[in-house]
Amino acid sequence: MKQLDKTQAQTYWEGFKGGAWQEEINVRDFIQQNLHQYDGDESFLAGPTEATTVLNNQVLNLKKQERENGGVLDADNNVVATITSHGPGYLNKDLEKIVGVQTDAPFKRAFMPFGGIRMAEDALKAYGFDTDPEMHKIFTEYRKTHNQGVFDAYTPDMRKARHYKIVTGLPDAYARGRIVADFPRIAIYGIDRLMAEKAHDFENIGDGEMTDDVIRLREEVQDQYRALNDMKKMAASYGYDISRPATNAQEAIQWIYFGYLAAVKTQNGAAMSVGRIDTVIDAYIDRDLKLGRINEEEAQEMIDHFVMKLRMVRFIRTEDYNALFSGDPIWATLSICGMGNDGRHHVTKTAFRFLKTLDNMGAAPEPNITLLWSERLPEGFKRYATEVSITSSTIQYENDDLMRDEWGTDYYGIACCVSAQPISDGVQYFGARANLAKAILYAINGGKDELGEVQVGPESGAITDDVIDYDTFMHKFDVQLSWLADTYVNALNTIHYMHDKYYYESAQLALKNTRLDRTFATGISGFSHAVDSISAIKYGKVHPVRDENGIAVDFTVENDDYPRYGNNDDRADDIAKWLVKHFYEMMNTHHLYRGAKLSTSVLTITSNVVYGKNTGTTPNGRQKGEPFSPGANPAYGAEKNGALASLMSTAKIPYHYATDGISNTFGVTPNTLGHDDETRKDTLVNMVDGYMANHGMHLNINVFNKETLIDAQKHPEEYPTLTVRVSGYCVYFADLTKEQQDDVIARTFFEEM
Amino acid sequence: MKLFDTTAPLNVLDQIGVAADGPIKGYVHSVESFGAVDGPGIRFTAFLQGCRMRCQYCHNPDTWNIGVGEEMTAAQLLDDAERYKAFWGATGGITCSGGESLVQLDFLVDLFTQAKARGISTCLDTSGQPFTRDEPWFSQFKALMAVTDISLVDIKHINSTEHKKLTGFGNENILDMIEWMSANGCDMWIRHVLVPERTDDDRYLAELGDYIKTLDHVQKVEILPYHTLGVKKYHELGITYPLEGIEPPTADRVKNAEALLHTADYTGYKTWRPAQNQK
Repeated sequence: MKQLDKTQAQTYWEGFKGGAWQEEINVRDFIQQNLHQYDGDESFLAGPTEATTVLNNQVLNLKKQERENGGVLDADNNVVATITSHGPGYLNKDLEKIVGVQTDAPFKRAFMPFGGIRMAEDALKAYGFDTDPEMHKIFTEYRKTHNQGVFDAYTPDMRKARHYKIVTGLPDAYARGRIVADFPRIAIYGIDRLMAEKAHDFENIGDGEMTDDVIRLREEVQDQYRALNDMKKMAASYGYDISRPATNAQEAIQWIYFGYLAAVKTQNGAAMSVGRIDTVIDAYIDRDLKLGRINEEEAQEMIDHFVMKLRMVRFIRTEDYNALFSGDPIWATLSICGMGNDGRHHVTKTAFRFLKTLDNMGAAPEPNITLLWSERLPEGFKRYATEVSITSSTIQYENDDLMRDEWGTDYYGIACCVSAQPISDGVQYFGARANLAKAILYAINGGKDELGEVQVGPESGAITDDVIDYDTFMHKFDVQLSWLADTYVNALNTIHYMHDKYYYESAQLALKNTRLDRTFATGISGFSHAVDSISAIKYGKVHPVRDENGIAVDFTVENDDYPRYGNNDDRADDIAKWLVKHFYEMMNTHHLYRGAKLSTSVLTITSNVVYGKNTGTTPNGRQKGEPFSPGANPAYGAEKNGALASLMSTAKIPYHYATDGISNTFGVTPNTLGHDDETRKDTLVNMVDGYMANHGMHLNINVFNKETLIDAQKHPEEYPTLTVRVSGYCVYFADLTKEQQDDVIARTFFEEM
Repeated sequence: MKLFDTTAPLNVLDQIGVAADGPIKGYVHSVESFGAVDGPGIRFTAFLQGCRMRCQYCHNPDTWNIGVGEEMTAAQLLDDAERYKAFWGATGGITCSGGESLVQLDFLVDLFTQAKARGISTCLDTSGQPFTRDEPWFSQFKALMAVTDISLVDIKHINSTEHKKLTGFGNENILDMIEWMSANGCDMWIRHVLVPERTDDDRYLAELGDYIKTLDHVQKVEILPYHTLGVKKYHELGITYPLEGIEPPTADRVKNAEALLHTADYTGYKTWRPAQNQK
């Protein structure tokens, strides 16, 4: 086993404050010892260098060509993407401070068949490419994929639930994503040290008794070790030796990026998070600045070039996938700031530098910048962040106090859109959402699907009374919900078993501890419609209107003033709280793969449109096919007491039961926030502070006028970089489908009167 | 609902908000949890029912009728408001708007007195039309000002004849109120709604600018560009919209009005804090 010479490491670490991090792999301790808090404002920041502007124009131009080309510029069809499958690729080698692309050319998409060969082939076909016949043969005749594994094991119930879309978005044909790797490890320790640690771990797995668990983990650690070695080779092709720790800020960022690049070269995950790297990078920049090696302009340039690379990551997807998650999102979620457990805030100059990229290179959806917010963050930073929100609508805010408490660590990152994950030893098994609005209809229709008109859920008997009786309904709802929880959780058990077997994330997991705490992340869609429908049945009088087959296709409601979720009215909000907890508890009765701990979410990305399309008219008045409200947002038009009343309703949903995230997307016009820029910033700061003080978990903030969006829909060429936040991520408005654009326009905008 | 009941006899007004027993009740049209343009900071805004003016550009015609709306006590309203306390920061609190809040003066005094006792900052949004130095009204008004942190005062028009054309009332008592407030240390924002063809005459704007210069304790002067968001309500209520065909002012005209009113000179609002900080 190769151990790094201690004296040698000391030279790389010179200027850093020592601690436990030197003796063991412990990035958190490195941050503890080398945190450079910054309490000032944004005045120190530097604008873009000439190189940045040239490169950025090149990227924007490629993006334009890509759009003109129907969405994809170029794609591989005969090279299976691995960490080392491609030689180096550049935008402009002489100007790039941070290098590396997924294939051998920018914007050329990789061929990734391990999730499922059909999905990979369909994706190529959707953009006019054919799969190489040899590849087709290999992945159908010789090498099984994740997708085939899952479908070999699915039960008829799971297939039905999937087909009739009461469960949607299962990662059974692509990568599950959602792993936040501890990328700074590469910068601080170098790959050799990390390989030595993995070799050491390997020797200590099991006591010789070869149980399933021991065999599996031994095989996985070998894969991780190999992936680390491949990262070295890949970096060497770009002329860098990452076997050793980084010596300066440029190398630290480059080393971190090579780790990330290994991840996006091998996994087309629904979310490919960057994690939490701001304070580590800041320590390296701070050291270089103090030594006079670089100036602020050069520091900013490195951050700009790194962020530019994150903006260039691409996967090729099928049309179905794009309808669910529009605009090529990859959720390169970058979590910044937050508080330490010791009470120090983690705002550094580098957090400002990351926000400055939006100014230097214009707004863009990636990376998905996530502020880990606490009321105790310094005022100067809060005001700058809200200013960036107002001008770019690209930031999401998450409640650091809430997440630190729940997860018990201050070194966590956001996986995917909004879910927290401890970085050194947490991993998440994610998948899909259960459509609870549809479950309401199954309860009314006795388990028959309201659109397919066939039996999908258990036969619980349709409610045939003129007025739906609350107690009768609740009894039947429980029957359907219990079946749904059962089917859903077990489909996920199948998926994660097969994913580990056929599409294991060796690169990302190589950058985490060997012993992991696992979370089993489920999700809920149609939330507000389910809550308001229950409230309508409880407080109003709901008459179903039935078609010739006895399926309830419409509803009339007497006492239409029943309480609705989104008004800070406990009668409706208590139903919301109950529903989350109840569904969680039903799912939690089940066996969960690899001893994972259950979590659930109330967030839906842009998929609220597709989920809504596949769901009949609900008792709360939402018409068949109409989009759901996104995430945990109240139903459109339900809110009567203004924005804060609406936020307060969402804030009541107990995070303890929905640790995977509770997303709220908030749209507001500039003039509602205030009549001048300073007032607008104040308003947003107070609003976010207030929401989080009330235990609100997540907030997307969009600031613009509806007219702007309507105009952008008509003249997309004039708004190439108009960016909007939709539940949990950010997207170029022009990249949304027409339906999704309509949905964003129709979503509640709080306007002053 | 009768909409143009401007002739309601005074003895009806006198009874507004006075219950036979128990606490005074106010008539509330609606509340807004997120008022970010109704005074300093984020404010919980109560739109009190009733106004006698008939401003041509009024965007809340549904708040005109006096003596209707949801009856609420000060305690009920404040309990509701306090649920949003975490959003108020150092400057936010509650605002009473309307309608015309001063129509329900006794209720206002009770509400603001109780608010201050709870440590809640108070803001009055008024056009000043009910102001009089007649007793007992004037003493009650002074009692109100003692528990009001800041007032947003609308000057609809500086010329009384034009004011009457625009609102149905002259402005003498309104200016009298503003001067009393200026002389008695009452912090205020002065606001002027800019309506093309109605309140956008350079001569009058300059005159208004000169007038505001004579006042003390003005923390902010704001031009509010006329908007057409209220038109829908007129159509729903079946009333003719008096400004049909008039478009919002151009950005240039807004700038012009801001220059004539010297709005940039009034910067006190940036550091303004309520007399008693939030608990």
